[in-house]
Amino acid sequence: MSAPTAAPEPLAETEDTAVHVPNRRNVELGLLALALIIGMFAYANVDLAVLGDLPPNFLAVGAVFIVLLGGAHLAVRYLAPYADPFLLPAAALLNLLGLAMIHRLDLADEQRAARQEIGTPSPDVVPQLTWTALALALFVAILFFVHDHRRLQKYTYTAMVLGVLLLLSPLIPGLGTTVNGANLWIRLGPLSFQPSELAKIMLTIFFAGYLVVTRDSLALVRRKVLGLGIPRGRDLGPILVAWGVSMAVLVFQRDLGTALMFFGLFVVLLYVSTQRRSWLVIGAILFVVGAILGYFAFGHVRLRVEVWLDTWTYASDQGYQIAQSLFGLANGGMLGTGWGQGYPQFVPFAKTDFITAALGEELGVTGLMAILTVYGIIIERGLRTAIAVRDPFGKLLAVGFATVIGLQLFVVIGGVTRLIPLTGLTTPFLSYGGSALVANWMMIALLMRISDRARRPLPDGTIDPTGGLG
Amino acid sequence: MNHAIRRVGLILGLLVLALMININVQQVFLANETRDRPGNQRTVLEEYDRERGPILVGSDPVARSIPTDDQYKYLRRYSAGPLYAPATGFYSALYGATGIERTENDVLSGTSDLFLVDRLQQLLSGRDSKGGAVGLTLNDAAQKAAYSGLSGKVGSVTALDPSTGAILAMASAPSYDPNLLSTHDLQASQKAYEKLEADPNKPLLNRPLVSTPPPGSTFKLVTTAAALESGRFTPSTVVPGPASYRLPQTSVNLKNWQGTACGPGGKTTLTNALAVSCNSAFAWLGNQLGQDAIRAQAEKFGFNKSFTVPMRSAASRYPTGLDAAQTAMSAIGQFDVTASTLQMAMVGAAIGNNGITMNPYLVKEIRGADLQIVQTASPSQFATAMSPTNAKAELNMMVDVVENGTGSNAQIGGIKVGGKTGTAETGPGRPAVAWFVAVAPADNPKVAVAVCIENAGGKSEISGNGLGAPIAKSVIEAVLNNQ
Repeated sequence: MSAPTAAPEPLAETEDTAVHVPNRRNVELGLLALALIIGMFAYANVDLAVLGDLPPNFLAVGAVFIVLLGGAHLAVRYLAPYADPFLLPAAALLNLLGLAMIHRLDLADEQRAARQEIGTPSPDVVPQLTWTALALALFVAILFFVHDHRRLQKYTYTAMVLGVLLLLSPLIPGLGTTVNGANLWIRLGPLSFQPSELAKIMLTIFFAGYLVVTRDSLALVRRKVLGLGIPRGRDLGPILVAWGVSMAVLVFQRDLGTALMFFGLFVVLLYVSTQRRSWLVIGAILFVVGAILGYFAFGHVRLRVEVWLDTWTYASDQGYQIAQSLFGLANGGMLGTGWGQGYPQFVPFAKTDFITAALGEELGVTGLMAILTVYGIIIERGLRTAIAVRDPFGKLLAVGFATVIGLQLFVVIGGVTRLIPLTGLTTPFLSYGGSALVANWMMIALLMRISDRARRPLPDGTIDPTGGLG
Repeated sequence: MNHAIRRVGLILGLLVLALMININVQQVFLANETRDRPGNQRTVLEEYDRERGPILVGSDPVARSIPTDDQYKYLRRYSAGPLYAPATGFYSALYGATGIERTENDVLSGTSDLFLVDRLQQLLSGRDSKGGAVGLTLNDAAQKAAYSGLSGKVGSVTALDPSTGAILAMASAPSYDPNLLSTHDLQASQKAYEKLEADPNKPLLNRPLVSTPPPGSTFKLVTTAAALESGRFTPSTVVPGPASYRLPQTSVNLKNWQGTACGPGGKTTLTNALAVSCNSAFAWLGNQLGQDAIRAQAEKFGFNKSFTVPMRSAASRYPTGLDAAQTAMSAIGQFDVTASTLQMAMVGAAIGNNGITMNPYLVKEIRGADLQIVQTASPSQFATAMSPTNAKAELNMMVDVVENGTGSNAQIGGIKVGGKTGTAETGPGRPAVAWFVAVAPADNPKVAVAVCIENAGGKSEISGNGLGAPIAKSVIEAVLNNQ
């Protein structure tokens, strides 16, 4: 482990025993209020533009969010008073913007149903709102039950078993369902559920716990080639297993995005835990090999790449979604059409995979830059937490969560905006989908737990420079 | 580990930066290119967002946009249904636009450069932009007369102002109701379109401009013009007109429709040959003049050329490389000679306009959103087809057709009407095509009209007179009574 480079800020300022560490909860409250105002403004804007009137339940909805977000904030005050103050408001803002866009697309669906004189579809925003409430409840529950993130290390292998089971569960006959060409979902009665979303938490815990124990041997170097330390042959085992599992996900679940995300996560954590750049290089080589194998061995991968390179040739068939997405983005331009004034409903799966296209059309480049900046803040606060916390397990866990969010963001938004071939993943916090929302809020809860641990003063008023490890 | 974590931060930061740059590229730098690609419904919807300008006949909007409360803000309505469909075309979210809706789209949608100043004012004042109006040359009464005359038939009528080339009537039958295609109920629109497409009588075909059956005996007007212009013939020149004409280098006899000679001793004057539509005389004349002279004459009337009115017409045809028999058949408007009613109306109009062929046009004026005139059409000459003297002489011959010949049904009390009947065979087992071409009043022509019934029953000149002349007469009367 490296020497501590950044001591928590307040130490340098005073030498008193009664150090006052600002917990910055009021900053969080103020930012939460700002997020709520932006979200409610979006809600009002949608209804004014589409229906010409303020939503009748505007104040009631506002009250619900005050209770939900206020509840989460109060829980943080009591359960994790020193937690990072930016994570909760940033996640809440994205969640609210997602809800507003899902509501906006619901209205478009209703109007279309009315035109075609078919029954009004049940709005998707209602279950999404229920899932938001549930996710926030779980957020509080995690802060309550997980008093110390280091205890999670005990469940390293339990997490592995759970994670792998979750990841592979869509393959179990009778349980998995195919949505949009990928076997990503399982169906339990009326509930459909995207297990890979929860798997990413489990596998991050597993990777962190596993690498904390094995990193010393994985960091051993026998030879140096071009300045890179090459690990011993037998230490290549774990990365090859991770690669193999990712390839299996790609082959059997036809899910490019999930495969890429998990492999990337493992490589990043391997690099951080061993600090050997060679792991990044080996990971990149394996990725390239996997990509080439995938391209030549599997029709669906090849098609994705061809559609990506030559979108407009496929604009009316296999490339329809991405073409519609680009039409929407082009229509949005710099400032966007404004809430409720574009045609985001033309993009298939606008509520899930393509919600970025919907937001890009109505909020423009300006809106998407703001949204990406908010994601950037979440990632940056996650990494800052990783730097601040003392214990290596906590560091890896925090880096892992930040990396998962960053990679998922890149894969899905990059796909929707034609930076990379399209893969199926949800946009964290924005997309419609309960399991993703719950999983992402759980990650925020764990990040805040770790950051609380990192910044919390000891009972004697000082800050434990070892982060509690002694 | 912190060093490595910072590196991870750098990598993730670069990924987010790549997303940001790409979004700017897609939404700003490539936006125009993307917007213009095929399959973009949004550009169509944006057109519907603006109030599209009306299409006017006189001061009546025959096509206009009315506000709705559905996905498309404005609905295109055609007040007279199928009557003006050949001119207006339709404006459909599913099938695009046709007719004036298509050719004058930039005016109607308000994007024309003519409205640059208007647009700027609208932008500055924040008013919703509206499209401009297109005023048509059509005469409401003449159009109605033409369309109701065609009722129950398959065919077309075109009427022109001889002195300007302005299209006074362009009727097509059967027609279609553009409202069925402009509806915002896309399923209904699709059903209507598929039904129209499947109709064997092709209601979507713009017959006045693009249906080109053989013109039959009405083409004798062109042959006559060539004869007079050659300097070798006058209206009173005596020409052979036996009961039949042996087509050169064949054993085929071309018979007169009457079955008898056109005059005593198998001889007749050119005037009488036209009046009784004498096949043998004109077949003979064809070979006297030669295919090149007749083709040159036909092309001065507009044959072998497509006109932009602003919709494009199909070129009427006088073929090349004819042998003597084919030249004879072509001189009476058979073989591979084809013509639209627009073309035959242009022949009549040029004869009535001292021999000058005018370019036909349908758009009289363009008005801004405030209905102030922005641009007015200026009539233009296409060619000089005949000398004024010869044109006058041929017009008098046409009057003789109506007063003493085959065109008696076009007679109007107190007005001298010039006309020419025609019946063309289109092939064994297929119905004959009945034609009538008229110009009136002969002393100061105000209207030239061509009528073509494509599913005429009979086989003789009688059908041209019987079916075509009454329609031509009612169109002439409508124009003369409603100027």
